[in-house]
Amino acid sequence: MKFSENWLREWVNPEVTTDELVAQVTLAGLEVDEVEAAAGVFTGVVVGEILAAEQHPNADKLQVCTVSDGTEQFQVVCGAPNARPGIKIPFAKIGAVLGGDFKIKKAKLRQVESFGMLCSASELEISDDNDGIMELAADAPVGADIREYLNLNDSIIDVDLTPNRADCLSIAGLAREVGVINKVDLTPVAITEQAVSIDDTFPIRVDATEGCPRYLGRVIKGVNVKAETPLWMVEKLRRSGIRSIDPIVDITNYVMIELGQPMHAFDLNNLSGSIVVRMAEEGEKLLLLDGQEIALRADTMVIADEQKPLAMAGIMGGEHSGVNDQTQTIFLESAFFAPLALAGKARSYGLHTDSSHRFERGVDASLAPKAIERATQLILEIAGGEVGPVNEVVTEANLPKANQVTLRRKKLDQYLATSLDKDLVTDILTRLDLEMVEVTDEQWVTVAPSHRFDIEIEADLIEEVARIYGYDNLPSSMPTAAVNFTPASESKTPIQSLRATLVSQGYQEAVTYSFIDPVMSKQFFPAIDPVPLENPISGDMGVMRPSLLPGLVKVYLHNQNRQQSRVRIFETGSRFVGDVNKLDELDQKHQVAGLIAGSRYPEGWYHNNEKVDFYDLKAHVEALFALNQGPKPEFERADEVYLHPGRSAYVLVNGERVGVIGELHPQLAKQLGTNQAVYVFEMDLNTVLGAKLPEYQRVSKFPEVRRDLALLVDRATPVNELEKVIADNAGEAFQKVAVFDVYQGQGIDESKKSVALGLTWQHPSHTLSDEEVNSAVETVTAALAEKLGAVIRG
Amino acid sequence: MENLNQILADALAAVAASENEAGLDEVRVQYLGKKGALTSLLKQLGNVAPEDRPKFGQLVNEAKQQVQEKMNERKTALAAAALNAKLATETIDISLSGKGQEIGGLHPVTRTMERIENFFRGIGFDVASGPEIEDDYHNFEALNIPAHHPARAMQDTFYFNPNTVLRTHTSPVQVRTMENNQPPIRIICPGRVYRSDSDQTHTPMFHQVEGLLIDENISFADLKGILQQFLNVFFEDDLKVRFRPSYFPFTEPSIEVDIMRTNSKGEESWLEVLGCGMVHPKVLEMSGIDPEKYTGFAFGMGVERFAMLRYKVDDLRMFFENDLRFLTQFK
Repeated sequence: MKFSENWLREWVNPEVTTDELVAQVTLAGLEVDEVEAAAGVFTGVVVGEILAAEQHPNADKLQVCTVSDGTEQFQVVCGAPNARPGIKIPFAKIGAVLGGDFKIKKAKLRQVESFGMLCSASELEISDDNDGIMELAADAPVGADIREYLNLNDSIIDVDLTPNRADCLSIAGLAREVGVINKVDLTPVAITEQAVSIDDTFPIRVDATEGCPRYLGRVIKGVNVKAETPLWMVEKLRRSGIRSIDPIVDITNYVMIELGQPMHAFDLNNLSGSIVVRMAEEGEKLLLLDGQEIALRADTMVIADEQKPLAMAGIMGGEHSGVNDQTQTIFLESAFFAPLALAGKARSYGLHTDSSHRFERGVDASLAPKAIERATQLILEIAGGEVGPVNEVVTEANLPKANQVTLRRKKLDQYLATSLDKDLVTDILTRLDLEMVEVTDEQWVTVAPSHRFDIEIEADLIEEVARIYGYDNLPSSMPTAAVNFTPASESKTPIQSLRATLVSQGYQEAVTYSFIDPVMSKQFFPAIDPVPLENPISGDMGVMRPSLLPGLVKVYLHNQNRQQSRVRIFETGSRFVGDVNKLDELDQKHQVAGLIAGSRYPEGWYHNNEKVDFYDLKAHVEALFALNQGPKPEFERADEVYLHPGRSAYVLVNGERVGVIGELHPQLAKQLGTNQAVYVFEMDLNTVLGAKLPEYQRVSKFPEVRRDLALLVDRATPVNELEKVIADNAGEAFQKVAVFDVYQGQGIDESKKSVALGLTWQHPSHTLSDEEVNSAVETVTAALAEKLGAVIRG
Repeated sequence: MENLNQILADALAAVAASENEAGLDEVRVQYLGKKGALTSLLKQLGNVAPEDRPKFGQLVNEAKQQVQEKMNERKTALAAAALNAKLATETIDISLSGKGQEIGGLHPVTRTMERIENFFRGIGFDVASGPEIEDDYHNFEALNIPAHHPARAMQDTFYFNPNTVLRTHTSPVQVRTMENNQPPIRIICPGRVYRSDSDQTHTPMFHQVEGLLIDENISFADLKGILQQFLNVFFEDDLKVRFRPSYFPFTEPSIEVDIMRTNSKGEESWLEVLGCGMVHPKVLEMSGIDPEKYTGFAFGMGVERFAMLRYKVDDLRMFFENDLRFLTQFK
């Protein structure tokens, strides 16, 4: 909420500077966003009167004006089309300084001398209005300093109020708060009941008594809507961010800012029968003030007459029922609408108004009668008229009840870790307008004032005491609690180790959005219906990612397009698969995914820029599983639309698929615009983080024996099948097998490949004899021949 | 005798002049071999007066020994010189880069999150996590934000259906922890959160670390103490910190924490970095914790904001572009 500091100081005027005031309210929980001057820095500008204006002899668009400052007359050349005799304007005399450093001097414009300058509002930094010179009221005192006349030595303070402090959405509310902080009394505006001069009334019927527990209305006849809103009001409204419209609307706005009560004025001529406060009929149409026609829903409260809806209650008036330039008789509304009845309603129609903002958060339910008198008083002053009696419809049972809240000494001390003096606490609560029902050493029994409907429970009172005492004045300590650490399990690899492993392989971590383009999702996973957002930021962030890979590929493309050809990236995070309407079954598992492309090593002098391949990636994946003896992965040929059919695999653990690894399908890669092969992996993070507690095995003191085998097998035979047969048949002393060469091509049968393996044996308790090893090799080769048709190569 | 001295001098000169092992061997043969000059002198012992023989023999042997020693020295020196010469030919350019992978790096958000986590783990907090697609109850209701509460407008929410949202904070993890555990509870909840807001200073996804401590007798003073410590440790600085009243539906009292920053011109200003407060009794109650017996505090911070402050990043959106030229700055 924006407000004028001077206006506030009319209500409460502590001896503090603007900066101090701003710091005070900020530290009381009313955070000040911005403070700006009500006008620019300037001096030497007075109220001037144009006595004469004549065409400039040498310029079509200039006039030569005779301007009076009340004592002397000056010749001033002016380019504003609205310069004309009789108007009062801001007159910058010779020696005036505008905008901090622009000094007004005697000048000659097209051979005509000019002594000073007539100013626009924007030249004085009062507003952006640059449409000619600023016209002042007809009664402006000629010669007066414009800063004083317009009360420009003022600051506009913008305070960002939290939703619980609706009581401060007014000058009155802010003044209360400032008064409490500074322990000074308020000087509120005097509101008196206005004398009734006519009997005219207009019937009010409230059907929606829950949403509208209180409705006040009054007829005012013979108002002059063409009267001018006084400058002081226009200025105060401007400094509250509200434009002046006509005196009636200005006054309702003024009372809203001053007291916090949103009000509305209807043109009585346009009302038929009576005012009816009711819920809308589904689909009922209403043309709003802002020109848009709305189809109302049945959950929306309206102010209607016997025939038609007139306004959305507490949100916005209708186009046809409001005050217009023909209006003579008004029906003034001042009501209390319950926050629950309005909560979320404006937003649901795409609306947000000063009125809805206040009613949703809560308006003091006792304020409406005062506000209607205040508005009446101002209308009489400014627009005249004859006043009818106030008609009030109240449903007492639905009005908010005063909250009785008890603050216990024990709780207060425990929360704040200190014991504040009893009188101090009582004083703070009293200054906040809480009624003290009972004060003892053990407790304060209080009743919250009607404007502090947010005070409901003990913790609220603790907050009030702490807030006014000052959070920074309260003690600070480190908690003493039993040391109770959760043991770090060694059966799980910390995710930090996994990240470190990838980082040491040259991977850079990426963080991509969890929502992706549905088109990309379909390209990768045509069989998966991704989870759609109801209100995405944009179409290309429309669905939750069923996999981290589309995001990583997009990152790859971003970098490829910025000349980064060698890419190694990884990401961890959730994927989302399933039916979002069955939330319990939705798969939101954490994944780890990676992508590599480009040369195996950073460009260097020691290699030929060989590109990465499947086996590079596989080593990285295997390293992750090997961390802390994680589960042993197996690889099975994969069948995925987005992967190269011959160069991709599912990763299996205990027979279950836990991930994929492979080259991005060349066709998809081409579609997406990659300029080289891209390899990706994605795995279930929890599985990869599986770990085993190491268990010591005694190291054999006896020598190892190694035998190499060169085998010819069918090309299609996976090498790991050879390894399995070897492991199964090589006897108890067998340790390991390593593949040290795979060859196919010239010199061997086209359907075959040659595989060279090194087998190692070691016995825990004796040195192996040649016979033992030879016999093991024989068993192995026989089994290889029998099971896989492998032939020992000469 | 003069002859001996002459031979010795010649031999030593020859040793010193030899340039390789072969030359040295020739010198050995010439002087120490069976027919060598010094060996021959011994053979002339018969020509020496008997009383002088022991003395002469001794002198010749000493000479031989001296030559032998010099030869050994020379041999070592020659070997060393040969090795040095060989090594000199093996000299490489030590300015060339090493071979193998360059190290990668963590995303600055992760790096920041780990730094935050490490502080809180160190003082006994556990790390908890939970689903990102949440039901309305855990994201709002259980946090004292009923439907149509104005606070819902404070957080622009992504919806899947009226009852299912992308979590707007990691607080639902706190709720789930409270539902399943009795105090003492000390957790932090790091993770992704979402709000439908996208401009210069907002991204629709960002990261939070929230924390929760519930026990008997936890006070506002504990909250102030821990957070002040945390900020000092995180920024490695003795920061000026202020605690300012604010409002969150799930805490009462609610607090925002500002730190004092000094810009390059030396101007000081407060910057908000944390939201926190004492857990609202209703929130405790709804999750099955007795608010009469227990109190607690909760806090939350935006990871990106901390990363920006820590690493002087001035554009939030860089975090999610994943440009390698940005990411590699955080190795």
